[in-house]
Amino acid sequence: MSAATAPVDTPRARSGDVLVSAVQRNAWIVGLLLFLALLLVFTKLIQPSYGVTGVQGLAISVLPLALAAVAQAVVVISGGLDLSIGSMMALVSVVVAVLMKGQSETFGVVVVVGALLLGLLIGAVNGGLVVVTRVPDIIVTLAMSFVWAGGALLILPTPGGGSAKWLTGIVSGSFGSEWLPKAAVVLIVIVAVVWIPLRRSHLGLSIYALGSNRLAAFRSGVAVGRTKILAYAITGMFAALAGLSLTASTGIGAPVPGPYSLLSIAAIVLGGVSLAGGRGGVVGPILAVVVLQLISTDLTFLNVNTNLSTVVQGLLLIGVVMVGSLAQIRRSRA
Amino acid sequence: MSGLVSAPGVNRSRSTSAALGGLLRDHPIIPLLVLFAALVVLSELVRPGIVSPDWIGVILRSAVPLAILAGCQTLTMLTGGIDLSVGTVGSMAGFLVATLVSGPGTAEGIVFALLAATLAGLVTGIGVGIFRVHPLIMTLGMSLVVLGLANVWQLQMVKAGTHVAPELRTLGSQLLFGVVPLSLVVFLPLAAFILIGLRRTGYGRLLYAVGDNPIAARLSGARAWQVLVVLYVISALMAALAGILLSGLTNVASVTLVESSVLPSVAAAVIGGTSILGGRGGFGGTIVGALILTVVSSLLSSLGYPEAVRQVLFGAIIVLVAAAYTRVTGEH
Repeated sequence: MSAATAPVDTPRARSGDVLVSAVQRNAWIVGLLLFLALLLVFTKLIQPSYGVTGVQGLAISVLPLALAAVAQAVVVISGGLDLSIGSMMALVSVVVAVLMKGQSETFGVVVVVGALLLGLLIGAVNGGLVVVTRVPDIIVTLAMSFVWAGGALLILPTPGGGSAKWLTGIVSGSFGSEWLPKAAVVLIVIVAVVWIPLRRSHLGLSIYALGSNRLAAFRSGVAVGRTKILAYAITGMFAALAGLSLTASTGIGAPVPGPYSLLSIAAIVLGGVSLAGGRGGVVGPILAVVVLQLISTDLTFLNVNTNLSTVVQGLLLIGVVMVGSLAQIRRSRA
Repeated sequence: MSGLVSAPGVNRSRSTSAALGGLLRDHPIIPLLVLFAALVVLSELVRPGIVSPDWIGVILRSAVPLAILAGCQTLTMLTGGIDLSVGTVGSMAGFLVATLVSGPGTAEGIVFALLAATLAGLVTGIGVGIFRVHPLIMTLGMSLVVLGLANVWQLQMVKAGTHVAPELRTLGSQLLFGVVPLSLVVFLPLAAFILIGLRRTGYGRLLYAVGDNPIAARLSGARAWQVLVVLYVISALMAALAGILLSGLTNVASVTLVESSVLPSVAAAVIGGTSILGGRGGFGGTIVGALILTVVSSLLSSLGYPEAVRQVLFGAIIVLVAAAYTRVTGEH
């Protein structure tokens, strides 16, 4: 969000200036981090026993939504929107659970690779339909959400199937220090291996360009249609990872989609991605998901009715976006 | 809107196909009605004898709540918005009435539910209109808020119990003479109100203006925020009405009853030719869109397909119709 307001660096900026400008450029993320730190302190104060188990539980429970938010972020940055993420997750989750049940551990690796390819494919189908039919993204992906959810139901009518042991092992427990849950490591590795190279690549630049100004991108030689399809394909792949994490954390596949499509939109907006496209990254949305989860944990500790925590999440979403939009209104008037 | 494009002289000089294209562009409801008729004929062909007065009554009866919800989407989409909170607001209204029937009474329950919906709509409208929160986010946030509050209310009312008032069951499900759903008593005046309101009143024109070109609307003196606040209150009231009718139709009172109709309501508005980008569309097409979706899902279930196949075909048909529609009307 803040990228556009960041001052242009002078060639010989001193190290202090560099730091200041880095903070300014990532003001939203820094704010989220500070808020998260405060929230952790608050959690420890109201629940002194909150510790290793709490952090591990937090990491496992945020993983599916965090990956869904990354998926949504990619397509929204490209100027689109994907309402079928929840359904794609369900589809991949049941495919994996059905194929892995009773099979060897090594076959599980093949299944995981296949699941990622499946994600790329169904994402590309979404993107292809958006490009070819010229129907607005929200409508195409809304309709496709029925198709993918129906497909999931077709493959596995009731929750079932199984998961390779290594897949469930990859997200539970900790890595090295017990304060570092494996689920968090998985998330960091995925972002580092997929997102960071992508963002720096030609394709990544094209995705940002397409989202911030379609016409300008077209005139500067971005292959608009191809970039859009690829952005949707990458979203599909992240949705597949999110679906894998569902199977990994429950050990089975569930055909009915969770509320991930809409919650991922909430998460990316809280994470500083502009719905208009072209602005934001994936770190903000992930932090936003962690914050949301921690807030609802805290509300449980405070013995607040769980239903009220839904209310709080809604109010938080509205409140944060309202503040952001007020700041923007003020800037545009100034 | 598109009436400006085809002056009569221009059409005459072109080939018949261009003239036909122009006709379809000017009256986008024609291909929709053709599609609807084709679906009815198809239903009769694959299941001979299915199209009966009773069938028509059942189709109309289940299309009514969907058409009202799609009306919420149509009105908000005209301004470039969307209302994802219709599901929770509608469910909340139906549920509220059901919890108040045995205590204060049905009429009081309905008044209370409509007041609650007005409040929800007012908050949404203020968020969208004054604070300029994106409608998608605002209505998503509001639906979380309303759902949470409805759940809290549910816990409060566990002892009192819920039951759908017999009057509402009659209103939602009764078929007069076996054909005409009683719910048309609510729907027809509402539909007339929206159709005339959009075409003939200043407020209706303002909805198109704000959605088509917000800057031009502002420069010509429209106060967009007032338009939007009123709009989201109207939308919430309509959602509440649909929720109450749906709880009467299904004889169910639950805080998530209308949830499954939210996405179909968006689809119905889009199939009916309303552009999600704002400024284009109308309620007439939306009603046909709701009818088409109802016939499609009835056709799919009468063919005995399992739920999974029905969902896949349902989604595929929405994409196809929306794509064909975009082609025919030349909208980008």
